[in-house]
Amino acid sequence: MTSVSPELDTRFRAAAAEAGLLDVAYDVVESPLGELFVGVSERGLCVISYESDPDVEIERLARGFGSRVLRSARPVDPARRQLDEYFAGKRKRFDLDVDLRLARDFGRAVLEELRRVPFGEVTTYGALAAKAGKPKAARAVGTIMNRNPVPIVLPCHRVIGANGSLVGYAGGLERKQQLLRLEGALLA
Amino acid sequence: MEPVRIPPFESFYAEHKDPVFAHLRRLLGQGAEDAFQETFLRALRAYPELRNGRHLRAWVFTIATRVAIDETRRTRPRGALPELAVEDSLPPHAELGPLTDDLPPKERAAVVLRYGFDLPYDEIATALGSSEDAARQATSSGVRRLRERSKES
Repeated sequence: MTSVSPELDTRFRAAAAEAGLLDVAYDVVESPLGELFVGVSERGLCVISYESDPDVEIERLARGFGSRVLRSARPVDPARRQLDEYFAGKRKRFDLDVDLRLARDFGRAVLEELRRVPFGEVTTYGALAAKAGKPKAARAVGTIMNRNPVPIVLPCHRVIGANGSLVGYAGGLERKQQLLRLEGALLA
Repeated sequence: MEPVRIPPFESFYAEHKDPVFAHLRRLLGQGAEDAFQETFLRALRAYPELRNGRHLRAWVFTIATRVAIDETRRTRPRGALPELAVEDSLPPHAELGPLTDDLPPKERAAVVLRYGFDLPYDEIATALGSSEDAARQATSSGVRRLRERSKES
């Protein structure tokens, strides 16, 4: 059968984004932690995921943001560039809008506090809970970290247990260690 | 019947892009690339209004056929349709376009493909995602409807 050339495919995907017709544009970004699934809405970055099956993320995004989810490279370029710089050790702060429209109330308050935890430092679940106004909600903060829609950019890897243990990470503890090592927050 | 969930656009596009492109190539030859982009941009625009994912193939082929009609009207008359020798007049499908405007989408596509583009029923069936019999039926009931309408007016 006559099939669509890669050039025509790319051209359509770019035109779709250019015309502002997408609920979410996504692409796969290479990183030292493996491939990252990165999605951007008109409001900003809405997902970074370690999930290896794009279809899982595509379905999730369609449910949350609208059915017009399409792979399209250009809208993802600013995030891609900043992630590259971060992994190359050339960037300590992300300068990207983040779309947290699916996070509610306390969850959103926690994610916004999380954003302020600086490069190379760590905090605890309890301390973050207190900053967001609920000092006893360390456990809930753990769940919110686990569901962080944009890890790395919202640095949930910088949140550890009160006893100094790393506790957990949605992308696996190995990746949490890698990120903290990259930032010099973890020796060896 | 229960409505079928609308898939994410990426899955819809991945499933239909090659058959739609092949369809446009048959209708337009070299002009198919621009028509392809226009078809899926129109589909994107209309996508949020869709309520049922059941006839997506027929839906997007209807859009593609509509785009092909617009395209040949715009770039008429020469060169656009190498396989249909068009002399000085508008190609027949361009005439059929506005005439069939009010037909149900499936019948409209069937009539235009049959009498405008001269496609055989098996190809119309492919375009509509239905059986050859269903393509025949859609064409004849479209024609019947047009006939009734022309009596009324």
